[in-house]
Amino acid sequence: MHIVDGALSNPVVVTGAVLAVGGVAYGLKKLPMEKIPAAGVLSAAFFVASLIHVPIGPSSVHLIMNGLAGLILGWAAFPALFVGLLLQAAFFGFGGVTVLGINTVNIALPAVLAYLVCIKGVRSSNLTTATVWGGVCGALSIALTTLFVAISLAMTGEEFIPAAKFVFFAHIPVLVIEGLLSAVAVYFLRLVKPEVLGAFEEVKR
Amino acid sequence: MVLALSGAAQTLDSTGRATTLGLLGRIDPRARLIATLLFACVVVASHWIPTLLIALAASCTAMVFAQLPIASTLKRMAAMDSFIIFILILLPFTMPGEAMFTVFGFPASWEGLWRAVEIGLKANAVVLMLMALVGTMEAVTLGHALHHLKVPERLVHLLLFTVRYIEVLYEEHVRLKQAMKARGFKARNSLHTYRSYGYLLGMMLVRAMERSERILDAMKCRGFTGRIPLLGRYEYTKRDTVFAALMGALLMILIGTEIYHAV
Repeated sequence: MHIVDGALSNPVVVTGAVLAVGGVAYGLKKLPMEKIPAAGVLSAAFFVASLIHVPIGPSSVHLIMNGLAGLILGWAAFPALFVGLLLQAAFFGFGGVTVLGINTVNIALPAVLAYLVCIKGVRSSNLTTATVWGGVCGALSIALTTLFVAISLAMTGEEFIPAAKFVFFAHIPVLVIEGLLSAVAVYFLRLVKPEVLGAFEEVKR
Repeated sequence: MVLALSGAAQTLDSTGRATTLGLLGRIDPRARLIATLLFACVVVASHWIPTLLIALAASCTAMVFAQLPIASTLKRMAAMDSFIIFILILLPFTMPGEAMFTVFGFPASWEGLWRAVEIGLKANAVVLMLMALVGTMEAVTLGHALHHLKVPERLVHLLLFTVRYIEVLYEEHVRLKQAMKARGFKARNSLHTYRSYGYLLGMMLVRAMERSERILDAMKCRGFTGRIPLLGRYEYTKRDTVFAALMGALLMILIGTEIYHAV
């Protein structure tokens, strides 16, 4: 799902960078100093989750789990996922330098949007309803991410539109897996530690 | 099992001081960060294939000087290339232009081929330079360097915490997987597999959250008020001037050849 340097046109890259700076700044604003250790540990957890390979047909996919990251971190998912992408690019060579902004937006914005849509649902008093919303959150965030990647490619030039369509349809199995896993994880969290979901929301006093 | 967050065999020594390897390891981390950023911008803005070949050659040189393990680095590059190969293969067929050959009635254009080569060269040159100049830093050094480049303190702290706990959580993940294996779990294409992975993920998150609570308590006990003093100081030395001059010359050559071609 990473886009590499040199593939996208300058306007797309610059727009991505500007949006990423805005998102990271807003996410940090919503993150009090006291919660930085927790955000850091969770950011590390999602980094490790992205190393987990899940079998799918004859092959396997690695997890993204940005929907779940959104459900737990809220807006703080923006800086947390940015840090993960920065480390992945520098130490593993996935992604690139100038595209760091657009990659962050493509992964983190769906996380935040899925959080805004689904947080009420996963808090539902009915456990089954909550599980279903967890699945919706996981699938929705991946759908949005592939859509954003496809849009980034399509905006760059006509010649990328088939590639954009290819990216979108190739990720439908990933979407199903991520939705399924998110549903199970939300079910588990609801039973074991329900306060984790939306743990980074500001407490109204 | 340890997940190394660094390309080079470079770790903190027993006293916690970063040990460095290679000629590039002794260059100021700030200079390496800025150089990577400028290099990336210039390469992405270039279009002439020979310019990009010079850039890729420079990246390979940097890789050698940074003492990156060549085999595993190239393997990582190949992994990245396999991600983008589909898009690159599609390009000649989707870009209009002079036909090169046809496959099942679909013409492949020269323009599309050159575009694909251009993207491949750019992506590899930039990522290789990034791994050579930034990837060889101790991840903690990267945080300190970013701090000295005026990156917001909170973001730097978030990065430092993430770096600190990636290895810890990776080991936790390995332990959980081991426990699953001990109970006869085998990954298949089944609902049971996906449910088990979901629980694994949930358990990792629960443990991460509880760990972070213990960390915060321990830190508060030691007087944590929300700030970590970042004590690393960097001094510009003669070596950094030489490095800056070399990188400047490289960028000039890249920009020069690009302008020469355009005129």
